[in-house]
This record gives sequence, C-alpha cells and structure tokens, in this order.
Amino acid sequence: MEGLWDFLRSLHDAYGINLVQFYDSFERGRLLRGMWTTLELAALCVVLSVLIGIVGAWLQGSRFRVLKAVVQGYIQFFRNTPPLVQMYFFYFALGPQMPRVENEFGIAQPILGSFAWAVISLSFFAGAFNIEIFRSGVEAVQKSTVEAADSLGFSRWQIYRLVVLPLAIRVCLPALNNNLVNLIKTTTQAYAIAVPETLYVASQIWSDRINVFEMMVTLLTFYLLIVGIFVWFMTRVERALRVPGFGQ
Amino acid sequence: MSGTSNSVVLKAVRVTAAQGESGFMASAFTPRALAVAFALFASLLLAGEAWAQLSSNGERLGILATLWKWMPLILFGPPREFGGFTLNILVSFLAMAIGTVTGLLLGLGLISRITPVRSVAWAITQFFRNSPWLVLLFFVMLLTPFQLRLGGLTIPLPGWFKATVGLALPIMANVAEIVRGAVNSIPTGQWESAESLAFSRLQTLWRIILPQCVKRMIPPWMNWYAILTMATPLISIVGVNDAMTLTQDALAAEQRTELLMPMYAMLLLFFFVYCYPIARWTIRLERKYAVRI
Repeated sequence: MEGLWDFLRSLHDAYGINLVQFYDSFERGRLLRGMWTTLELAALCVVLSVLIGIVGAWLQGSRFRVLKAVVQGYIQFFRNTPPLVQMYFFYFALGPQMPRVENEFGIAQPILGSFAWAVISLSFFAGAFNIEIFRSGVEAVQKSTVEAADSLGFSRWQIYRLVVLPLAIRVCLPALNNNLVNLIKTTTQAYAIAVPETLYVASQIWSDRINVFEMMVTLLTFYLLIVGIFVWFMTRVERALRVPGFGQ
Repeated sequence: MSGTSNSVVLKAVRVTAAQGESGFMASAFTPRALAVAFALFASLLLAGEAWAQLSSNGERLGILATLWKWMPLILFGPPREFGGFTLNILVSFLAMAIGTVTGLLLGLGLISRITPVRSVAWAITQFFRNSPWLVLLFFVMLLTPFQLRLGGLTIPLPGWFKATVGLALPIMANVAEIVRGAVNSIPTGQWESAESLAFSRLQTLWRIILPQCVKRMIPPWMNWYAILTMATPLISIVGVNDAMTLTQDALAAEQRTELLMPMYAMLLLFFFVYCYPIARWTIRLERKYAVRI
C-alpha cells in the first residue's frame, strides 16, 4: 500500500495530478467513512422502500376504500413532488417538531438526526414508486392461481405472502431494479441536509485541497462502481429467480 | 439478437423496457387520489394555522396571510430579476430541449452500424445514465468557466445556464435509450420492405422508421420531463435563485418556526400542481399508443 501512496504522491509532484484523497491518511479516512455512510444509507433505503412497496401493494388490494384512497394519495404525493423538497420538508419542517433527547454531553438534541431523516424521506420517496411496481406485478399474477389458493383455505395475507408475492416479485424485478438504482443515485441528495455521505465528504475535500477535477472523477467512479455492482447482483438474482417458460 | 418467430414477444418486451424506466404504465389514477392529496396539503396548512393561533401574540400575520405575502416572490422571483418557480420551469424546458436534441443524436449513435461509433455512444449513455444527477450538476457547475472567450467575443455563462446543461446531461442519455428502444420496437419487416424498395439506410431511418417511433417515444419522453422538473430544485444547492432557494430565504426572513411546514408544503404543492397533470396525461397517452400484440 505504501508504495502505491508514494506513487500517487509522485504523480502530484511531477504532473500536478492531485490524488490527495488517497495518499493522505486523514483525507483517505474521511473519504472511506463517507463511502461507508453512502453504502449504509443506500442499503437501509433499499430495504425499507421494498418493505413499503410490499405492504403498500397489499393494502391496495384491500376492501376498505378509505385505505386504498390513502395509499393512492401517498403514492401520488410522493411521485409528483421533488425528492429534494420532500427531504427538506422532513428534515427542516418535521424534524423540529420531534421530541428532544439529551445526549451524553447533556445538550438537548433532536431524537432523529439528519441521517435518519435522509433514510426516512428517501425510503418514502422510492417506496411510492415501489408500490406501483409491486402492484403491477400482483396484477400480472393469474386470477386462477389466487382462486386455487383461496379454495385451499389460505387466508388473504397467506395468499399474498405465499402465492402472489413470490410470482409478482419475479415479474416486476426489472422495473424494481431500475427504481432501486435510481434510489441509490438519489442518496446523493442527502448532501443537502449535511449527511456526511460521499458527495458531502468529497465537497469538503475539494474545498480544502483544491482538487475538484480529481475528486469529481473519484466520485463518479465510486458511484458507477456501486451502481454497477448492484446491477450485476440484481441480474444474478433475476436469473436465479427465473420462472421457466417465460421470456427468452 | 432477436429470433424470427418469437420476435413479436421480444419486441413487446423491448417497448416495455423503453417505456419502463420509472413511469408506470398501468397506474390507476383516480380523482379520489387527487382529493386525498389535496386534503393532505389542506390539513397541513390548517394544522399550522391552528398552531399559529395558539402560539402567536396577535401582532403577526396568520399563516395563510404570510404564505400569500411570499407567494409572488417564490413564484416569480424578486422584482426585476428572474427566479423562483418560473425559473424552475424555464430550466426544465431548456434542459429538456438540449437533452432531447443531443439525446436523439446519441440514440442514433447507439443504433449505428459502425462499431466504434456504437461503442462510444454506449459508453457515453451508460456513464450519464448511471451517475447521480447532483454529482453531474456539481461537475458542470465547478468545472466549466463562468465565461467563454471566442476571439474578441466574451460570452458570459450564468449559473442557471450551467445548471441547465448539468441537468440536460442525464436527460440526453435517457432520451438516447428511449430512441434505441423505440427503433428496436419497430418490426424488422419495415426495414426489409424499405430495403426491397431500394431505400438507403439513412432514408429508411429518416422517412420510415423514425416517424413511426415518435408516437412510442412521447410517453416515456414526457415521463422524463416530469422527472427533470422534479429534479430542478437541485439547482438551489449549487446557488441558483430558484423556488427552493427563495423559500428558504423567505423562511430566514420570517424567523418563525410555525411557518416551516406550511412554506415547504406550499412549495411541494406548486410542483404537485405542475407535475400531476403531466403524469396523468402521460398515462393516457401510454394507454393510447400502447403496442398491442
């Protein structure tokens, strides 16, 4: 490792390519922590938004009209308003209304920090899209399959969990992948409420070390990499879950 | 890549893929949903109003009156200056125009028969499709000069214009994908019959294939327009005087915590009122132009 850092340092001295974020241990540390925060944020949001999607799609099949209307209202609200403004709304408008707790220094602080609000707002945002996606999958499941399960005495939730959902997920995986990739890219917006994720840390480093271009390239490479890995993983999942007799 | 007998199914899949992205086809829009959304906004406002009544000392304006006071600023920007929600809309129009023109060219590159052209176009498309919007925005804002010198001519590049270009880049890549998907969804027979009538490839593309693609491209294209419009508040982060910035300025000027929720709700409402009809219209067109197998 030391050899590589020395090489990068020599690049700076000889050609002015300033990759300080790698060879300086302090900058490297905060960049890595930022990347870790991004990964945590992305993972939490992916899981939560998929859960919202599954539950929401189930609620949409409910017999109660009011419940359905509430879910529809939620979907339309979150789909047709900017995610950034949603995030500001959650953090700046709802955040101060929350109860405060004392931290270890005896200072009162909001119960939810910026990271938690970023997770909540991004999950709700992507969840609204996920409900639509799961619903389209649920609708694609043959009615006769549901009726057969019904006649075997499964309850509504059992039918959804054991019969409909496993088939629906397979149908809607491509659309779900698209949305989740979009969600991972949208985590950069947490920058706006000062979550120390990759973009935020990167902007700190490029302001301190004046290496905007090198930092930008690092940043873009990082995001292309995590999106690439995620897409590769989801393609594997898609292939593993493939139902014989559909598609190519 | 397509076979011969099952190509119809494949094409249907491709059209779905082209239209898919984030817009959902069979989404059930109901007037009831709209009513619920509005009820949500209204209850937010009323809750704020009630709270203001409880906490105010009678001297200050009510919540609704305050919102009314700031509304012109947030919608149209400061007097004799351009900004506010109108700037968001203008940026969205311009970015869409730039993104569409460049995206069409890039999309033609994606279906080119010359391998290097195709590879380069593919790389560009993947790069801009998979990078976060905010990072691209920073990229353009920080790495382009604030003015251009062409000979003796100095062209200033204002912040909002650079932001527009930054937003146009992902649109360009996605429009390119829409073009590719639409062209691939046209039955091979169209190409073959054009060839048998001695049309050149360029003629076939320009006079036979692309005109048929337009209809299929409109719904996903509109969907991307809505996504772009909802991304425009991002320009506030890089320091453009848009509706988001002005809302925060207004909040800073008022210094009243009970205004936070109603102010942000108002901004959300502006975007909702603008984007919801577009979404509904997109879905109508999607149904109308749906490729039937």
